[in-house]
Amino acid sequence: MLHYMGRRLFQLIPVLLGMTFIVFMLIRAIPGNPAQVILGQQATKEAVEALNANLGLNKPWYTQYFSYLGGIFQGDLGVSLRTRLPVSEEIFPYLAATAELALFAMIIAVVVGVNAGIISAWFQNSWFDYVAMVVALVGVSVPVFWLGLMEQWAFSNQLGWFPTSGREDVRNPITSMTHFYLLDTLIQGRFDQFTEVLKRLVLPGVALATIPMAIIARITRSSMLEVMRSDYVRTARAKGQKMFIVVYKHALKNAVIPVLTVIGLQTGLLLGGAILTETIFSWPGIGRYIYDAIGFRDYPVIQSGILIIAFIFIMINLIVDLLYTVIDPRIKYK
Amino acid sequence: MKKKKFWTLGVMLILVLSTILAACGGSDTKDTGSKDTSSGGDTASSGEPKILVYGRGGDSVALDPAVVTDGESFTVTANIYETLVNFGEKDVTIQPGLAKSWEPSEDGLTYTFQLQEGVKFHDGTDFNAEAVVKNFERWKSNTDKHPYFSSQFVVGDTQVIESVTAEGNNTVVFKLSQPQAPFLKNLAMSPFAIASPTAFEADEEGLSTNPVGTGPFKFVSWVRNDAITIEKNPDYYIDGYPKLDKVIYRSIPENSARLTDLIAGNIDVADGLSPSDKGTIEGDANLQLIERPSMNVGYLGLTVTRPPFDNVKVRQAVNYAIDKQALVDAFYEGLAEPAKNPMPPVISGYNDEVKGYEYDPEKAKSLLAEAGYDGKEIELWAMPVPRPYMPDGQKVAEAIQKNLEDVGIKSKIVSFEWATYLEKAENGEADAFLLGWTGDNGDADNFLYTLLDGDNIHSNNYTFYDNQELHKLLVAAQTEIDEDKRNELYKQAQEIISEDAPWVPLAHSTPILAANTKVTNYVAHPTGSDRLDAVDMK
Repeated sequence: MLHYMGRRLFQLIPVLLGMTFIVFMLIRAIPGNPAQVILGQQATKEAVEALNANLGLNKPWYTQYFSYLGGIFQGDLGVSLRTRLPVSEEIFPYLAATAELALFAMIIAVVVGVNAGIISAWFQNSWFDYVAMVVALVGVSVPVFWLGLMEQWAFSNQLGWFPTSGREDVRNPITSMTHFYLLDTLIQGRFDQFTEVLKRLVLPGVALATIPMAIIARITRSSMLEVMRSDYVRTARAKGQKMFIVVYKHALKNAVIPVLTVIGLQTGLLLGGAILTETIFSWPGIGRYIYDAIGFRDYPVIQSGILIIAFIFIMINLIVDLLYTVIDPRIKYK
Repeated sequence: MKKKKFWTLGVMLILVLSTILAACGGSDTKDTGSKDTSSGGDTASSGEPKILVYGRGGDSVALDPAVVTDGESFTVTANIYETLVNFGEKDVTIQPGLAKSWEPSEDGLTYTFQLQEGVKFHDGTDFNAEAVVKNFERWKSNTDKHPYFSSQFVVGDTQVIESVTAEGNNTVVFKLSQPQAPFLKNLAMSPFAIASPTAFEADEEGLSTNPVGTGPFKFVSWVRNDAITIEKNPDYYIDGYPKLDKVIYRSIPENSARLTDLIAGNIDVADGLSPSDKGTIEGDANLQLIERPSMNVGYLGLTVTRPPFDNVKVRQAVNYAIDKQALVDAFYEGLAEPAKNPMPPVISGYNDEVKGYEYDPEKAKSLLAEAGYDGKEIELWAMPVPRPYMPDGQKVAEAIQKNLEDVGIKSKIVSFEWATYLEKAENGEADAFLLGWTGDNGDADNFLYTLLDGDNIHSNNYTFYDNQELHKLLVAAQTEIDEDKRNELYKQAQEIISEDAPWVPLAHSTPILAANTKVTNYVAHPTGSDRLDAVDMK
């Protein structure tokens, strides 16, 4: 197992290296020079050239690439061209903001998705099954931005239950230590702020959870259906065991592997794909951070942002793979 | 295994419950209107502290106005720092600022400023002549890092400001290498705000995240992409100002979300709204509509080096073909006036005598026939982002496409991501493109020379229009100190431009903001950076 983990981590190196290279080349292939974008329409030609030199962008690409790589190995992700702050310092609050949101969304998606899938499978072809699967179908098809705007209209504008945007009440600001606001407020014992943060997580969380929730529900359902046709479930049911026991003790354990795979993939996707949700709900997260950086041609931020997300994505998949062995002891890695 | 499963189930259950609880909690607290409940630490002398939350579309880049070029940065710095001279409350006339008076010499080469006394920077440093000198020396010695300084005060390799010297504690003398007509207007611009020398001598880069000025508000905190908080400067040199205790600038990128936040009372002012939101704002008794005086122009550029627009008759034909009034009615909700010159009427030197081109498709057709236009399809570039001068580039382009089709010009609408759009247009790759400009300092030079002079090809002159006669007028105007003579030069320039028709000037728009009715005294400034020292809350 340890050996397997070591090998997987070792395999990471060429993957991430290749990725740095591809991202590096791709973002330089798009038109738009950073100095020009930073200085804006107003800039003179001389100013643009001077800034290019200042930023080291007039050097050949391979010099830039290797100095970037060299930096990464020393834990230096470069300096944002736009704000002139080190990316490694700047990026963490954004990462934390998205992680908190993504985690919250995944919890909703898993809890609701898995249970909806189970109930649908158990009462196959019942009205619940039909409704749940139609909802799931709508869930994967509905555009996230539309859903977000509708949520705002309904739950903020009309009902006034939840705030529209942001992570905190700016009039009652949170003193942040970890940048995970739920954690921060708990540590400080500020329960008023804790509820505020939780309330603000709900709408973007639900918007973000919708697609994974729908996918998880569908996968769980089909996986459960398959398992429930198997002999041991039939035996358990024949013995007159309660539904709850049959499902959660016998069936789910065997049905959960594909579900887990989907959860892993979706979590990774959430991290990178939160841009729309973050924009609509003014969430200061990593998606918007990278998106803004693309608009400004802020190369170090784009490179490092994508690198970090890729790294997390790969790590989540590794964790999922390792979880397989915990859930199903028949799966062994050498 | 059994235990593990039930344990997991338990955790899930708790999470579901907590979510539901949070939702319920929401509905309970909302109705009590507990917006300002626990602002505990604030020291208000009486009653609740006055906190203004200002919603805008983007975050600042940095808080050192000398190193940035974006409007969102200046929006904040205009309240932390001050300049030697100010613009008027609603216009671009020159008023006292950190300098109480000034005296230009006959030849326009020397300016002597008398400074305010007893002013202190937020860090306790005294504001005096020495501080002004140090600020200018900082910008002069490293023009690469200070984009606005180099664009306004460096011509070729020459520094317009030759020297800045202190005479005693409160007098500063500027010597110029050549007369510069918009000199005072330039000094009033946000990038030339005076920062504490103690702060930038200790850590120049630090000024970007920890600004220290003399302004009505002091910097408190910045959560990037989220909120910037500034608070009342208790030692502000003008008695009774500012009125507010705190201002929080929130970035809310989505226009509709910003409006929703305003309606819900989460923010007090919303900047950069779409003209289409005007109705919603006017229909809400809790909101007030604030109109920003127009200082912009939206236009259709015709690249004069590319056929068919290398023919002046075709360009004139396009000018006749476009129904500007219809565009204004349809896409600006009446919050604009049709344009005939490349600069708005508020700018001194505006030529109202210029006849412009009325909507006349027949005339356009005959001009096209005269020009021998071959019916070649053109590319019509639509801006991908909304701007105050162009609320919806795509729709405006569609309307123009229809206008052009009516006179026999076929066009294909194309668009690119914003930075790409600008770069490609700058390289002269567009046939016809939508674009616009918001004035920096309220001077005619900042429109006519910047956008239409041959010197600025490969910079802001995207149409590659180059007319020597015009160039002579514009360059002469840059050093002409006599206001009347100078305006005369600009009037002639506008006639030439109108005749040559490198643009179809479309509209001068009135950008709108909205505020809660409890906000009083909010005055929107044409430059886009609003000073909040007189703003109050009921």
